[in-house]
Amino acid sequence: MGGDGYLISATGLVKRFGDFTAVAGIDLGVRRGEAFGFLGPNGAGKSSTMRMIGCVSPPSEGRLSILGLDAASHGPQIRARLGVVPQQDSLDVELTVLENLTIYARYFGIPRAVAQRRAAELLDFVQLADRAGDRVEPLSGGMKRRLTIARSLVNEPELVLLDEPTTGLDPQARHLVWERLYRLKQRGVTLVLTTHYMDEAEQLCDRLVVMDGGRIVAEGSPSALIARFSTREVVELRFDLADLDGARGRDIADTLTGLADRVEVLPDRLLLYTADGDATVTAVTDRGVEPMSVLVRRSSLEDVFLRLTGRTLVD
Amino acid sequence: MATTVRAVPRGRAAHVLAYHLVGYRRTWRATVFSSFLLPVIYLAGIGLGVGGYVDRGHHLGVAYLSFLAPGVLATTALTIGVEESTYRVFSQFEWDRTYEAMLATPLRVVDLLLGQLAFVVFRALVAVVVFLAVMAAFGTVHSPWAVAVVPVGGLIALACAAPTFAFTATQSSAQGFSVLQRFAVIPVQLFSGVFFPVSQLPAPVRPLAYLSPLWHGVELCRGLTLGTLHPWPALGHLAYLAVWAGVGFALAARTFRRRLVV
Amino acid sequence: MLSTLLLRVDPRRAGAVVERNVLVHRRGWIVLLSGFFEPFLYLLALGIGLGHLVGSVPAPGGGTVPYPVFVAPAMLAVQAMNAALTETTFNVFGKLKYMRLYDAVLATPVTPTELALGEIGWCLARSGLYSAAFLGVMAVLGLTPSWWAVLAWPAALLIGFAFAALGMALTTFLRSWQDFDYVVVIMMVMFMFAGTFTPLSAYPAWVRPLVELTPLYHGVALTRSLTTGSPDLGALGHVAYLVVCVVLGLWIAARRMARLLLT
Repeated sequence: MGGDGYLISATGLVKRFGDFTAVAGIDLGVRRGEAFGFLGPNGAGKSSTMRMIGCVSPPSEGRLSILGLDAASHGPQIRARLGVVPQQDSLDVELTVLENLTIYARYFGIPRAVAQRRAAELLDFVQLADRAGDRVEPLSGGMKRRLTIARSLVNEPELVLLDEPTTGLDPQARHLVWERLYRLKQRGVTLVLTTHYMDEAEQLCDRLVVMDGGRIVAEGSPSALIARFSTREVVELRFDLADLDGARGRDIADTLTGLADRVEVLPDRLLLYTADGDATVTAVTDRGVEPMSVLVRRSSLEDVFLRLTGRTLVD
Repeated sequence: MATTVRAVPRGRAAHVLAYHLVGYRRTWRATVFSSFLLPVIYLAGIGLGVGGYVDRGHHLGVAYLSFLAPGVLATTALTIGVEESTYRVFSQFEWDRTYEAMLATPLRVVDLLLGQLAFVVFRALVAVVVFLAVMAAFGTVHSPWAVAVVPVGGLIALACAAPTFAFTATQSSAQGFSVLQRFAVIPVQLFSGVFFPVSQLPAPVRPLAYLSPLWHGVELCRGLTLGTLHPWPALGHLAYLAVWAGVGFALAARTFRRRLVV
Repeated sequence: MLSTLLLRVDPRRAGAVVERNVLVHRRGWIVLLSGFFEPFLYLLALGIGLGHLVGSVPAPGGGTVPYPVFVAPAMLAVQAMNAALTETTFNVFGKLKYMRLYDAVLATPVTPTELALGEIGWCLARSGLYSAAFLGVMAVLGLTPSWWAVLAWPAALLIGFAFAALGMALTTFLRSWQDFDYVVVIMMVMFMFAGTFTPLSAYPAWVRPLVELTPLYHGVALTRSLTTGSPDLGALGHVAYLVVCVVLGLWIAARRMARLLLT
């Protein structure tokens, strides 16, 4: 543990690939037992940051300390205490489900008997015990993901890194993964995850940073971020695509001036940020604007991101 | 299958061939390099080395290099036929999943097969032409009939590729290919009369050599480059290779369907 | 340079890489078995086929020997080379590029050097078995006139180690399967020209120094001098050459592996 009380602490962290700067100088600190998230669109620098934290990618600049050890010089020692769930499942297709766990444990130098016992427990934990002897290939995406999560836990890590843990999974599979991750958190395991899903960040993270273009643009708990960068409610007005084209979109927005704290014009809809959604809807109809459909909802991290970057997260 | 009701464009196998040729455009340098260099290495190696020792004995009635070269040419056709049909095909099933993508278009399984086999034959033809030129440079071409080894080489490749396609489609991992290599390809290469006449084998195992498609290919190629081929045995050899190609294709169509159309 | 690299190696972790391969091949025992089968075929083809055509050739220690006696130890060396290169090029490339196996392994405390050593260790365990079987068959067929032949086994292991290390290093430079055509050409050149089929004296004078550059030549010369019972000081030179190959290959492989995967 570092003197500053952080499990992970980074200052001025930079990652460059040739001329391309993936991470452009970030500072962060993750405390023991918290679930910390990197939120941002593809290419924001989340995965590069994760790989640096996983000690499989040396930082180009800056200082990175993990579990109180310097990432640049203590890679193997740090990795011994980490669990890693990479963005793409890298399961060993030549081994069975169970062997994927036991052999992985051996890479950590864990004795065979211990590896066997833990592998069995972990398969129970991720609800794959009945597939122990099967090959990996025929498993569904959700099952592979759960197996990868189980694999990341064979060394009983203090810190688990999850890169896009539920991308590409169907809703049911996602909820199962979330539920397992929540249990891990309950056990006191520190979770660091990247996601470009708002709901995932809101579900899992105690605290998160929003990344864009290799930089951190905001930091805080999901609710604090929403409170700071958005309003309580959002009114979505959906229009015909042609109506929002260029100048006409701005015309409609002008008509609505003063009805909301802020108005965003998207290609297919207008977003009105307001404290009282229903009151705003009434005011909109009073001004003679007639959208195709109207939706009042609570603000989410998506709105925070839109506010911070001027772009939506998932295009 | 519902494919029969759809209107489908013509020349679909040709599109598949075109796909493989486009890929080949990026990689042809390495293959031409090896299909030119390997025969040069082989013929120079034998010519400089062991050939001289063999020729002291006059067992073959012709220089060892002239005896060996057409055999190695036939072997090259076999090697290309098998190589292009193992890892390459397997990766399209398992790793790149090209077949899955192709079948999502109007292409049928037979189109994939015909197109890719045509590509294999094309690869073999290129290699054989180059090999023949190298043979001529080494003075091992003794008859104008030698040009006929080009189509014969294509046929050998096809006769070996088609059944190998069928085999590959049944494999769930790449491990089977080393077994195929060791229990089929290598024995066939060693005992099909390429390096020494089959008559030197003990009588009981000789019929096994006659079963090998490579032996028939070697007989054809050697007869053509030495100018000693007789028409009737030639027809027999050709027919035998054609049977391998035909049966292999039918099997490949079956195993491909079983794997892809589920 | 290598000593600092090796000092930090944890044999348990390199061992885990070997263990993984053993586990995979426990199911693929038929592949392992087939490895024994191949050398029998080569010896057979050489013995009853080419041997008959060639007659006898000059022996390394003077005089002449029947061709099979001359060429069998070369096949032993070639086999060690082929086994090592196939495993460390084709198989390792597949694991590196397609199976993403090494990405997962390097996320654990296993280092690139340990990974390379593990893969090479597995390769040696396997080719060691084959070499022993090959040597056994040679003895049974009367192709090992001297007791020195016993040392041909560790010699074959050293040859395997050298080529495995070089192969690993080479694989890190390959971009696609198509590049394997170059690997095949390299193997072929050595197979045909490294004094495998003919004594060095059969080559023109200008070719000989080139032949002596290839690692396989040193492997062949070493095993041949042992099985025919005529090792001399030159054998130590061959050993030294192969050891240099091991060190160099390992060093390049570990560095390049880190460059490729730990970016």
